[in-house]
Amino acid sequence: MADTHSEADLAFVRETMLAQKEPPITETGALKWMRQNLFSGWVNAILTVLALAAIYWILSHILPWIFRGIWDAGSLNECREIRNATYGEGVDAACFAVISDRWQQLLFGFYPRELYWRPILAFVLFFVAVAPVLFDKLPRKMLWFTAISPFILFFLLWGGTIWGPLSVAFGFVIAWACIRFLSGPVGTLGATLAAFILPILYWLFLAGLLARELGNIAPIGLEPVDSKDFGGFMLSFVIGVTGIILSLPLGILLALGRQSDLFLINKMSVGFIELIRGVPLIVWLFTASLLLNYFLPPGTNFDIMLRVIIMVTLFSAAYIAEVVRGGLAALPKGQYEAADALGLDYWQSMQLIVLPQALKISIPGIVSTFIGLFKDTTLVVFIGLLDPIGLSNSIRATTDWNGIYWELFVFIGVLFWIFCFSMSRYSMYLERKLTREHR
Amino acid sequence: MTAFDTELEIDRSQMKVTDEVAVQIVKMNKWFGTFHVLRDIDLTVYRGERIVIAGPSGSGKSTLIRCINRLEEHQSGKIVVDGTELSSDLKNIDKVRSEVGMCFQHFNLFPHLTILENCTLAPIWVRKTPKKEAEETAMHFLEKVKIPEQADKYPGQLSGGQQQRVAIARSLCMRPRIMLFDEPTSALDPEMIKEVLDTMIELAQEGMTMLCVTHEMGFARQVANRVIFMDQGQIVEQNEPEEFFNNPKSDRTKLFLSQILGH
Repeated sequence: MADTHSEADLAFVRETMLAQKEPPITETGALKWMRQNLFSGWVNAILTVLALAAIYWILSHILPWIFRGIWDAGSLNECREIRNATYGEGVDAACFAVISDRWQQLLFGFYPRELYWRPILAFVLFFVAVAPVLFDKLPRKMLWFTAISPFILFFLLWGGTIWGPLSVAFGFVIAWACIRFLSGPVGTLGATLAAFILPILYWLFLAGLLARELGNIAPIGLEPVDSKDFGGFMLSFVIGVTGIILSLPLGILLALGRQSDLFLINKMSVGFIELIRGVPLIVWLFTASLLLNYFLPPGTNFDIMLRVIIMVTLFSAAYIAEVVRGGLAALPKGQYEAADALGLDYWQSMQLIVLPQALKISIPGIVSTFIGLFKDTTLVVFIGLLDPIGLSNSIRATTDWNGIYWELFVFIGVLFWIFCFSMSRYSMYLERKLTREHR
Repeated sequence: MTAFDTELEIDRSQMKVTDEVAVQIVKMNKWFGTFHVLRDIDLTVYRGERIVIAGPSGSGKSTLIRCINRLEEHQSGKIVVDGTELSSDLKNIDKVRSEVGMCFQHFNLFPHLTILENCTLAPIWVRKTPKKEAEETAMHFLEKVKIPEQADKYPGQLSGGQQQRVAIARSLCMRPRIMLFDEPTSALDPEMIKEVLDTMIELAQEGMTMLCVTHEMGFARQVANRVIFMDQGQIVEQNEPEEFFNNPKSDRTKLFLSQILGH
């Protein structure tokens, strides 16, 4: 290239650095926002107007239906009479009276009315128990309550003798004692094995006997409530929450198993995940309710709720495993190598380095799996459990409320939405918090 | 190259090579699938040595030092580190890894932990050092690499050079007897290379046994006591830096040196 510039053109030296200036007025404020987001061009302006019209049209139909709602009536016919008297024939008005009449049933199923305080107390205690897990600003001592809460909650919900949950809890004490006192004499591996085997033997052969004997000596307890009386939102909540809590650790273990170099563990994890994921949940629920009885010894009465909880847990664990595997794969190889190079062993590097990061990446996926699981609990209606949907069917079957659909489904929908939306908000809070901490 | 255009003042009083063997590699071979990456490697490293391993990319130099703490597994031959032979025995591997420090090209700090936590993690969990003591040690080494004021920040908030110095401090907290450097300055901006090399020189002056894979020929010339040139998975030439740079013997070495020192 020919050099056409003289040297004087090329030389430049900046003497003073430029200070930062405010942007022009038209580039800030609400006007700018509207122009940019709603009316940035002809097409967008038309779309904005159309969208506003659609929103107006929908709300103008739904809102009057809700606000004219009739809350005080004994049956659907009564509702219609009130509506005709107040608004005139053929006007849309919701009949929420069905909810004021039957809300206890929708929430608690056939749980004895005089014992409602127990699930309510359990519900409150549950939130006390999970709070320190969800928010790390709360005092760590609260985790002790979290640790014993499963037994308290079980005792409150099902009642019976207090020795049942206590003798089950004692199994965990045995496991702890094995680790604590046997590690010295027989080594870590031996102690871990003992901590697995001894409690299981104890639960299988001794726990029941112990609970019965202690119950005879000191009959302390609450009035027992059978699983078949559980119903309504409480049933969904118990199944959903237990499934969520159990499936997370199981899913993580499966994900690690699928990444493992150990042939058997790897293939077993893959097989389990693919088998569970490849079959619809409803099939697994039918298996739980019908087929399992064929495999169990005759006469064993394996609680139906427990069976459903196990199936739901396994089902969502398989999904969690795949979500977590995504997180594990997204982690740079250097993180594994740095942990290895420092001399951390497998479990240490998983616990301290790999999982905290992999789980953080997987939070959105994990939470949407949980939300899915929570809503899928409504499928238990097909195996005869009375979840809210099942109850809405039986409420509709009564002469008083024959023919009522929308109001019940709106109520059930709102209940589920509150919990699912809270989970989703919590996951966003957690993501924001972790990003802020880690950068 | 850039950082070492001028002669540095290096205190050589502590830099002594002893006749105690730190690492011994005998007839070591490694394959990636069917590709023969390392071929018949024989190398004895004495305590106090500062070895620079150079060579074109793909020559197996990173793989070689990664075999020393078994981030890569060798398939035949023998590697003895500090008297412990590397085999598939996990106990030996963990023992060697806690004695051998390593710095990576991309630092590999743990982004979810603060700088201080990065440094105290391994001492607390592997060495079972009490937390307070581990923190004191960590602060000592962070001062040594000249970033104690960053202790409570997260790795993502630091510059590349600072991160690499933290990575060095993190390794030192385990009080290693041997340090491995896998291209520690290759991912850094030129402005930051010097601060990392200064830290490495300081380590060398204290008598640390070091194996560095690096393209910093200035560092090799002035700090190393031995330069190893590798190509196609083999050690082609090794010599004292003076001889290596001024009087290379093999044609391959001459070509390599002319290519990287040509400008």
